[in-house]
Amino acid sequence: MTEMITFENVCKSFGKTVILNDFNFRVMRGEKVAIIGPSGSGKSTLLRIIMALQDIDHGKVSIDGKPLWEVNHGRHLVKPTRRHLRDMRSLVGMVFQNFNLFPNLTALGNVAAAPRHVLGLSKKESEARAAALLAQVGLSEKLSNYPSTLSGGQQQRVAIARAMALEPKVMLFDEATSALDPELVGEVLGVMRDLASARDLTVLVVTHQMGVARAIADRVCFMEGGCVVEEGGPEALLSQPKNERTRAFLRAVHLA
Amino acid sequence: MALIWQYRFDLLVGLWWTLKLSMMSASLALVLSMFFGIARYSRNPAIRISASVYIEFFRGTSALAQLFWLFYVLPYMGVDLTPTQCAVLGLGLCFGAYGAEVVRACIEAVPKGQLDAAAALNFSWFQTMRIVVLPEALIMMMPLFTNLLIELIKATSLVSLITIPDLTFQAKAVITKSYSSGSVLLTTLAIYLVISLITSTVMKRIETSLSRGRIAEGVK
Repeated sequence: MTEMITFENVCKSFGKTVILNDFNFRVMRGEKVAIIGPSGSGKSTLLRIIMALQDIDHGKVSIDGKPLWEVNHGRHLVKPTRRHLRDMRSLVGMVFQNFNLFPNLTALGNVAAAPRHVLGLSKKESEARAAALLAQVGLSEKLSNYPSTLSGGQQQRVAIARAMALEPKVMLFDEATSALDPELVGEVLGVMRDLASARDLTVLVVTHQMGVARAIADRVCFMEGGCVVEEGGPEALLSQPKNERTRAFLRAVHLA
Repeated sequence: MALIWQYRFDLLVGLWWTLKLSMMSASLALVLSMFFGIARYSRNPAIRISASVYIEFFRGTSALAQLFWLFYVLPYMGVDLTPTQCAVLGLGLCFGAYGAEVVRACIEAVPKGQLDAAAALNFSWFQTMRIVVLPEALIMMMPLFTNLLIELIKATSLVSLITIPDLTFQAKAVITKSYSSGSVLLTTLAIYLVISLITSTVMKRIETSLSRGRIAEGVK
């Protein structure tokens, strides 16, 4: 098994707020990892760094064995070239809490946009790929719908199809079911679970819904204060946490 | 009314000039607004700074002074422009600066999440602008552009001061010829009003067609 995502001694602060503090983290190829923890614990920043939407202060991040931010002499980081950034981003797909669909494009247009403009496929090929993906997430009927005419669950399924359209090796879900009405969580979770069944796809899920972590992950990490405090299999960690902070967090979540 | 009918051709010539100059300077202003509004987002600092200089300069000086400068001063520097060229350039540059700020503000109003999504999909800067940002910003720009366009149409009356026979110029000429100001000025006002009403109706149509499909059914 090879390492897909590696964080070595990564630090990241926003002003005086320390988000990641000498952070070490590894994800193997094909592994499904859920990250839980209180808000402000650095979970989302972690995903944004992997997607290269956010830079780091120092340390080393590698994806599929290649460093994301080149290290120059000592602790100074060199901005990656645009080409390197493109290559790295093409390994990763991301689904956001608020869907972030393009409102001026139909469901089909949203999914077809990247294959068409980034991979340079023909209009026909990219739309065929988009239609197949939308069928996979159960939205064959909604190809020509604009996002504003879709429910939250449907919008998020379009967003998942859109992220899959570039055939990433890593999929990131940033609170993908948190903005949904409770009765819509199931349909999105179903799609996520289908995706996670693909053996080669590495999946990282940030969530505060323990049901999502249980359904997707084969490893759950509890993050707090910019560190992984405890990790383990979903049953072990969620039912019998060893660390006091994990226990306190889970108690708070279950009460809410 | 008989008086107006008697001088109808003078006023029609004026109307023609006003419409022609409005169209020409609005087209120039639109191109400049888009270019400099987007240039404020360029990754190249030199382009960003020149856009800011242009906007601040033309927004911060009076349109009339700009027109006079083009018309009276440039010839001394060896640049001879026709009055029409002066008018189109002057109004275009001035309203282009206002428009560029509209473009900038609307680009900024596109939710940041859309930019994250575009970056995650590996869109280039140009693709992000063309596919994601501008189609959305354009809809927000429409009401503001309508405002500016109406402002511009009315500002064309300034060109009467650089010898162009626009509606205001002709109205003044008719007043001189006829020794009667009340009905002529009233007619002139009415014509400006009708032009701007037609303009705002047409712009509203364009806005509606741009946002087609994006408003949830039932929420009209």
